[in-house]
Amino acid sequence: MTVAENVRTKYEAVIGIECHVELKTKTKMFCACENEFGGEPNTKVCPVCLALPGALPVANEEAIEHMLVAGLAFGATIPAFSKFDRKNYFYPDMPKDYQISQYDMPLTQGGIVRYWLEDGTMNECRLTRIHLEEDTGKSTHAGGGDGRIAGSTHSLIDFNRAGVPLMECVSEPDIRSADEAVGYLEALKRTFVLLGVSDVKMEEGSLRCDANVSIRPVGSKDYGTKTEIKNMNSFRSVHRAIESEIDRQIAVLESGGRIVQETRGWDESQGVTHSMRSKEQAHDYRYFPDPDLVPMEIDASRLEKVKRVIPDAHLPWNRFARYHGEYGLDVKQAAQLIDNLPLADYFDKSVEASKNPQQSMNFVLGDLSRLANETGTPVHESAVTPQSLAELIALVEGKTINSKIAKELLQRMWNGEGSPKAIVEKEGLAQTSDTGEIEKFVAEVLSSNEKAVADYKSGKTNILGFLTGQVMKASRGKANPALVQDLLKQKLS
Amino acid sequence: MAALRQAQGDIVRMTAVEIAAAVNSGKTSAAEMTDAVLAHVDAVDDRIGAFLTRLHEVARAAARRVDERVRGGEKLPLAGVPIAVKDNMCLTGTRTTAGSKILENWVAPYTCTAVQRILDAGGIPVGKANMDEFAMGSSCENSALGVTRNPYDLSRVPGGSSGGSVAAVAAYEAAIGLGSDTGGSIREPGAFCNVVGFKPTYGRVSRYGLIAFASSLDQIGPLTRTVEDAALAYEAISGHDPMDSTSIDRPVEKASTALRADLKGLRIGIVKQFVTEKLGPEIHALYQQSYRELEQLGATLIDVELPTADYGLATYYLIAPAECSSNLARFDGVRYGLRVEGADVGAMYEATRAAGFGPEVKRRILIGTYALSSGYYDAYYVKAQKARTMFANDFKRAFESCDLIASPAASSPAFQFNAKSDPYSMYMMDYYTIPMSLAGLPALSVPCGWITPEGPSTGSGQARPMPMGLQLAAPLFEEVRLLAAAHAYEQSTKHALKYAPSVCHPEVSKDPEPVEGRKS
Repeated sequence: MTVAENVRTKYEAVIGIECHVELKTKTKMFCACENEFGGEPNTKVCPVCLALPGALPVANEEAIEHMLVAGLAFGATIPAFSKFDRKNYFYPDMPKDYQISQYDMPLTQGGIVRYWLEDGTMNECRLTRIHLEEDTGKSTHAGGGDGRIAGSTHSLIDFNRAGVPLMECVSEPDIRSADEAVGYLEALKRTFVLLGVSDVKMEEGSLRCDANVSIRPVGSKDYGTKTEIKNMNSFRSVHRAIESEIDRQIAVLESGGRIVQETRGWDESQGVTHSMRSKEQAHDYRYFPDPDLVPMEIDASRLEKVKRVIPDAHLPWNRFARYHGEYGLDVKQAAQLIDNLPLADYFDKSVEASKNPQQSMNFVLGDLSRLANETGTPVHESAVTPQSLAELIALVEGKTINSKIAKELLQRMWNGEGSPKAIVEKEGLAQTSDTGEIEKFVAEVLSSNEKAVADYKSGKTNILGFLTGQVMKASRGKANPALVQDLLKQKLS
Repeated sequence: MAALRQAQGDIVRMTAVEIAAAVNSGKTSAAEMTDAVLAHVDAVDDRIGAFLTRLHEVARAAARRVDERVRGGEKLPLAGVPIAVKDNMCLTGTRTTAGSKILENWVAPYTCTAVQRILDAGGIPVGKANMDEFAMGSSCENSALGVTRNPYDLSRVPGGSSGGSVAAVAAYEAAIGLGSDTGGSIREPGAFCNVVGFKPTYGRVSRYGLIAFASSLDQIGPLTRTVEDAALAYEAISGHDPMDSTSIDRPVEKASTALRADLKGLRIGIVKQFVTEKLGPEIHALYQQSYRELEQLGATLIDVELPTADYGLATYYLIAPAECSSNLARFDGVRYGLRVEGADVGAMYEATRAAGFGPEVKRRILIGTYALSSGYYDAYYVKAQKARTMFANDFKRAFESCDLIASPAASSPAFQFNAKSDPYSMYMMDYYTIPMSLAGLPALSVPCGWITPEGPSTGSGQARPMPMGLQLAAPLFEEVRLLAAAHAYEQSTKHALKYAPSVCHPEVSKDPEPVEGRKS
């Protein structure tokens, strides 16, 4: 369903996103089972996460801590009092037939996610809340060939994932396009990875999201009827699904129809959403406070402690503002750094030490990244420390060495030869601007390259580059190239 | 043969305190003790029906371990003491049914914390005791798996829901019964069977491994023939458990050494709203007599108010069913227990739960589901929670002027099977115990006299005297005060010793035995 561009521009999309993110913790949310992806089915289970009669949940403190860290990073409010509720519905891969979740008193409220678009503009989306809950097991439908329920003869359930801590991030309907949706999701992902609260591996299902999509005429302040899109398993499919759903809704309205409030599933292969269930079939989850768990009280001193561990300067939007806005890195380069946390940390440290973002970036994204690729040693684990890189940059900036020597030095530093300054001093590699010394090399080169000299004099002045190179070589790279050129020109004129 | 039976009778009548002393001192062994009890169980339990599962092998193995430990120099507080475990508590490798068809053949792969603590203390689990299905009931008649009879009159119910545990203790099949009390399920059967039934403060005993009925009310506690034994059992099972978030992390004061001989200086509150006249002249007179006995022991009786008293049942029958509707969702045929196949998973759920749950369980699931439904939640569940807070506040106020509260433990003596035809009259049995449950208070019932109810009993056709229970309740965490006072009352009145259960003397099946039949 493709909608003509001139029709499309009549409408504005209003999008809110609900995102489920599995937390990275040692153990599951309410029991001592290992929280790790995969494994032989039903090997990471115990009476609690299998909901055996009599088993009781005990909340995982590490997961609660992660929630506080994530919430505070987005500037959310952490209420002093929070509790767990039961969300009641029957589903075979949900062992208790209720999910322990949070209803009206989530751990975090509000907050803002800042993200950027491909053109580098910053945008923001308000969070409604982030709450803590538990994941379900996984069903596999067997005997039917294609893994669908329809046509299968039986289902197999793996409860390894049952009880894995899950945070649900609910956004306000601040998102206006598929691009913004992906920008928002990427910011979430980057933040969670940075904070270490989740691995956010979509391919392992550790981030899953639903989008609430509605459209309205441009300029309108009212909300249209929304649909909820499910089953999107990559950022790319989120993008495609939202685009497709916006187009579908426009087509419905343009043809005089009305949007039905419903849940729609994204069909990746067909590239369309299809109706799953309408609002009338919606569950009554009969939420009530879980009597097996005691309410959580979070005092101000604990929040202060958590705030201290949040690396504000490293938050993706802060890094982006600095890299792109301040240092002038392009959007791709900035993202490349931001998405490679150890490299970004390395970069930040080298900028701090060298006070030279441009040179730091050139080395980090250039020669150092190349060396890392060639050797398989990540930059931050190499022998080149941010401090020694800053030393090198200072040598270049102070014109003590030229860029050619710098390249060589970097290789030697990578090989573990230590401080560039020490090498330069020990081996006399400092660039020389001593005219007398350089004149000797110039004279040497001119006498041994008679043909080039003749060519130059006959008007082929671009041979000067060759001659400069020869002088540099003779000086073992130490000569100041600008001075070499000047002297050559003098002698040849 | 008669001499042997006499010897065996003497052994099984020993209290937990006596047994532990005898085993720890080497006078007898846990194995010897256990053999005697198991033989007694086999002799009487076909008529009593206390146990759904007798644990011969488990008991003998536990006894061997206890004897080894004692030989190794350990002194175990419950060395060799036979324990009846209510069948809603998990014990690894044993069938654990909660009295329900849906778990009829389920074998627990783990052990309940309270049961584990009993084992660690040297206790010997001799059987899994019958109960009202999922602890919902006050007579044990709601068990889907068996009938348990009152050892004092086989035509009468033992009370419930801990009917099997109490009957086992009354019939000397165990010295300690582990029960669970949600609205009176330890105290009411205790009263019905001449047994001390003790519900500690909510959270004192871990619920881990206790099959949940209503999580915010369920509490494990002991049923014993003496208050001293109750104190001993309480010390063994109570205390914080990291596996139960609602278990209280505060030290448990030693109760067994704090027992006292009188009630001097104690102010005992009599709740004005708990009018005993309406229970009939005989019962009224009995409780008035009990209150006088408290006074004679040195207590000062004080009138206290519990203005919310009449809202107890309504409050309880919203909160407990709401929680149970969610707690029992897991019995869905997917992972364990009964499964009745259906065309799809939904049909399987329906068929399984229709066949697996009895009528009372279904009734409460329906009530609870309704109470939690959107549109009704505020009017029912939220309001009930507010009422619950009022109970807690009322008791707090009452305890400003008294140290303990005394009341009937049940509305009548044990009734005959099928006597309570409508659910409401059955619910009324817990009228006096529910308020304490709602407030989470520690409370117990202690034998306080005998009533000869109307209506014939089996055998002789003559009515038999049936025991009655006095409920004592204390402020939160005041278990020691409660047990100390109950001990003084029990030791001075000796009501429990007046009759012994006739079933323990096969030759005498007419009346309960007179006083010399029972040893304290």
